[in-house]
Amino acid sequence: MLKAVLKKILNLIPTLLGVSVLAFLLIRLVPGDPVMLLLGERGADPQMYAEMKRNMGLDRPMIEQYFSFLGNIFKGDFGHSIVSKRPVLTEFFDRFPATLELGMMAMAFAITLGIPFGIIAAIKRNSFFDFTLMGAGLVGYSMPIFWWGLMLIIVFSVKLGWTPVSGRIDVLYEIDKVTGLLLIDSWMSPDGGFAAFKSALSHLLLPALAMGTIPLAVVARMTRSSMLEVLGEDYIRTARAKGLPFTRVVIVHALRNAMVPIITILGLLFGSIITGAILTEMIFSWPGIGKWIVFSINARDYPVIQGGVVMIASLVILTNTIVDILYLWANPRMRH
Amino acid sequence: MEAAQPKELTPQTPWQEFRQSFAQNKGAVIGLVVLIFFLAVGITSPFLAPYNPAQLFDGAYRLPPAFVTGGSTKFLLGTDDVGRDILSRLIHGTALSLGVGLMIVVVSLFSGTILGLLAGYFEKSVDRAIMRLTDIIMALPSTLLAIVVAAILGPGLVNAVWAVSIVAIPNYIRLVRALVMAEKKRAYVMAAQAYGAGHIRIMVGEILPNCMAPIIVQATLGLSEGILNAAALGFLGLGAQPPTPEWGTMLADARPFLESSPWMVTFPGLCILLVVLALNLVGDGLRDALDPRLKK
Repeated sequence: MLKAVLKKILNLIPTLLGVSVLAFLLIRLVPGDPVMLLLGERGADPQMYAEMKRNMGLDRPMIEQYFSFLGNIFKGDFGHSIVSKRPVLTEFFDRFPATLELGMMAMAFAITLGIPFGIIAAIKRNSFFDFTLMGAGLVGYSMPIFWWGLMLIIVFSVKLGWTPVSGRIDVLYEIDKVTGLLLIDSWMSPDGGFAAFKSALSHLLLPALAMGTIPLAVVARMTRSSMLEVLGEDYIRTARAKGLPFTRVVIVHALRNAMVPIITILGLLFGSIITGAILTEMIFSWPGIGKWIVFSINARDYPVIQGGVVMIASLVILTNTIVDILYLWANPRMRH
Repeated sequence: MEAAQPKELTPQTPWQEFRQSFAQNKGAVIGLVVLIFFLAVGITSPFLAPYNPAQLFDGAYRLPPAFVTGGSTKFLLGTDDVGRDILSRLIHGTALSLGVGLMIVVVSLFSGTILGLLAGYFEKSVDRAIMRLTDIIMALPSTLLAIVVAAILGPGLVNAVWAVSIVAIPNYIRLVRALVMAEKKRAYVMAAQAYGAGHIRIMVGEILPNCMAPIIVQATLGLSEGILNAAALGFLGLGAQPPTPEWGTMLADARPFLESSPWMVTFPGLCILLVVLALNLVGDGLRDALDPRLKK
């Protein structure tokens, strides 16, 4: 077990280094001169041009540039945003809680609905409910979420007026940042309380629904097929023959054994949260990592793109590795 | 499952077997019908569309669809903010989206298959180098990588094809590599080696044809993913540029009129959903029909 875990962790190093090379090369691959792109007309001034080039470190040899980039990363310095002049790392952690809150809500939605739906579909196999659910699952799985989010806004915000269109909370409330998760901060804030919490929650529901749709479909499909496999096993028949109540057999005997593939899928989905976040945050003006990165790309804020790519990729790689290790821990058979 | 007793004792050809299996899957057949419909629309788009997709109708701004009060039968699905016929734009967009999807599949399938063949056949250092590269690309969330690549290359339809293709390549590499590694140990490969066939001959002539079924399934699913990702880039302003009638770009254009003219948003997205759904249904059907190992 320890050896397998160590191997996984050692495997991280070349991948992370590769990501840093990729992120480093990104800026250099841009056609045209990045200095001119940033300075615009001011680039005509040779003194300003030379200064900017030196500031960006572009006057040194490529290899030297890379190693100083890498060295800075180890010191926690991911460069400074050209637009806001603030450190990239600070900008990242300012926005990360918003994405985390949205992602957790979306996953909670996918899990709390997906697993029961999958179980019922498996028990009532080939019933009307099963067909409807699996049909809906396929639609959900094929959903272009950038369109789905807009449709949700049309129905729930414009037509029904139930939820706000964008943002994280009413501008009315000024919530002190403690955890960064607004659902918690608004609740604890002195001038917030329940009303602020309600506002934060109503802002969160629609984006989470949009972002959770594909994971919901995946979890429901996976739960169904995993349950179907387990329900055919001998020990389920034994448990039934013993006279145990059906719900107990399903929940205790079947679900527990069906959980391994479901957990694997959940882990993989967790890694894909960022992908969903980019589109969802753009639709709902959610001030998280996804919106930040898209804005930086449009603003050609290269240090942010470079640093952001390294941060996000490292996060995904780490999450996947943790999932892998948990998987090894849950499946002794997979350890060698 | 009950199989119908064949009347004669001649065994089914693989093609017959495949057709029968595919036809039994209702979802796949529906998907295929929808797909053929969109293909037909795409191919005949210049003749089918009532108007030129760029034609501006003065005074006919943001007209609702014909079946809504205030709509006109002149514009069946309504008009957009500058008075262009939405139906005509969608019809032309069909050709664009399907074409873009196909180009993405061709580019990613071709490069992914070659790299996968090399990795699986030679193993050792070749494999390690290719798989490391794959790991790095896969570490980046696909949408993020696609928008970064599109931003580097600059916005535009052709660049979007490259960006989405690069993101899709690892899927093919991993699939082909795993298939090749399994096939390589088969007797027919050893026979070819003993016969003195060269590496390329064995890879392309012997192993690859035996890996085709899963590759075809992956290509179908890759087509739906490609169309979806290209539309997402269009939506983010990094794909096809207005006034190109690409579905994702149309969605982005329609966004400011979400409240007042919801039909402008509804139809392009519905087209994307239908095509992607149809492709996923066909892909599932193909997998069940082509891959006997996955059969129930």
